[in-house]
This record gives sequence, structure tokens and C-alpha cells, in this order.
Amino acid sequence: MSDNSYKLHFDIDGEDFSVAGEASSNIKKVLGKLGVPPAVVRKVAVATYEGEINMVIHADGGTIDVEITPECVKILLKDKGPGIASIEQAMQEGYSTATEEVRNLGFGAGMGLPNMQKYTDYMNVDSVLGVGTTIEMHVNIK
Amino acid sequence: MKLREIMDVIDAKVLCGEDLLDTEVLSAYGCDLMSDVLAFVEHQCMLITGLINPQVVRTAEMMDMKAIVFVRGKEPEAEVIELAKESGIAVLSTQLPMYISCGKLYEAGLKW
Repeated sequence: MSDNSYKLHFDIDGEDFSVAGEASSNIKKVLGKLGVPPAVVRKVAVATYEGEINMVIHADGGTIDVEITPECVKILLKDKGPGIASIEQAMQEGYSTATEEVRNLGFGAGMGLPNMQKYTDYMNVDSVLGVGTTIEMHVNIK
Repeated sequence: MKLREIMDVIDAKVLCGEDLLDTEVLSAYGCDLMSDVLAFVEHQCMLITGLINPQVVRTAEMMDMKAIVFVRGKEPEAEVIELAKESGIAVLSTQLPMYISCGKLYEAGLKW
């Protein structure tokens, strides 16, 4: 871990879908101010936003921790939701367990986890049914 | 194509971002599925959609999109417009439906 790292923490409210994305928006702004290259900022923004939406629609909220070092942006998503029954299935484009209500809002197309993987250089999903899900993602700056 | 030219083509009015109308848009994505927008959009792209919830603005913000067009005369609530203002995103509204809006813009030269 680098000495000159910068850390951010967010608690995600699972009650209100209309505010989902606030944390990701803040993360995006901070990264921009820190001078992180725009292409990296966008990757982090999309990956955290998908994660944040997932937390709200599936897990009743959670936490997002971000650590920014000169080399890498590390994102840790944690929730105490129902867990993912099959990570392999969840990683497939188009597979979704989202409700009709969520789909009507433009999400739940089964692109969340695949998108997160697409925009990050490293991703690990750790999920236990009935306990929760932890996702670690890295986006390289250099 | 500049946003003010786009307004002419689809007969749109501006809901916010009057100061952004000289912004150049290189392509557009017509879609009600935000997950697809997050997966496929390229830079300097404009979002054309029939959805008017706050997540549409959030999605555009994450993708660095400069403008959103709401079709079928839909107008979002004030909080959605506020969010777009904060994010520096211009918001237009047209009475035309999605298919016609996309067709007219494509014909006018706004290609993918």
C-alpha cells in the first residue's frame, strides 16, 4: 500500500432508488479533481455505478470503499444482501434476477456484473448465500 | 452536429443547458435500457430516451455524455433537471417519438 493513497467511504442507502448513483457521482468528481486520467475515471465511475445500483436493487444497500494510489484505483463493494446463488450465471450477459419494477427503470438487463468486469483490470466476487456479497475491483492508472 | 442544430432537426426545446447549445455531439444512442448505455456508449455521445427517472441523468453523467433528449414530449420532474444542471448536461425535449427522432437525426448526418 502506498503512503500517498487517498481513501473514500460511502454508505449506500437501499431504501431509495432515486438517489442511487450519488456515491459513484462523488467518486467520479473526486477522481477528476485528483487528476486521474479521464479514461480511468470513466471506467471507475461505470464500475462503481453498476455496483451501487446492484446494492440498491438486490441487497438493500451496503458500503463502497475506494482507495486511490498513483498506480491504481481499488474499489471494495460490500453488502449484507441475499448473496449470489451462482456467480458464473450472474457473470453472463443477460442473466438477471431483477424485478419488473427495476426493469421499468432501465436496469436489470443482466449487464451489471459483466459491465463491471469489462471496465476493470481485476475483479473478484465473493458471495455467500444469506450473508452477503463482497466485490473487489481494480482499475490500473499506469 | 451542434446541439442547436439537433434542436432544429427534431423540433426540440431546451429544458436546461442553454449555455451548452454549441456543444458538438459526434453520435447518439437511442435507448431505454441504461445498462446498455453503460456497456456500449462512446465519447461525445448524446442519449435519446423515453425514460425520465434520475438514473437516466446519472447514467449520462457516468458516461461523460453532454446531452439527453427526452422523446414523446416527456418532461421529467424538477429534481431530474436540477441533477442535469449540476452535472453540466444539456436536456432537450421533443414531441417526436423515439423512432422518428433517431431517423431524422440520422438522415441529417448524425451517424454512429
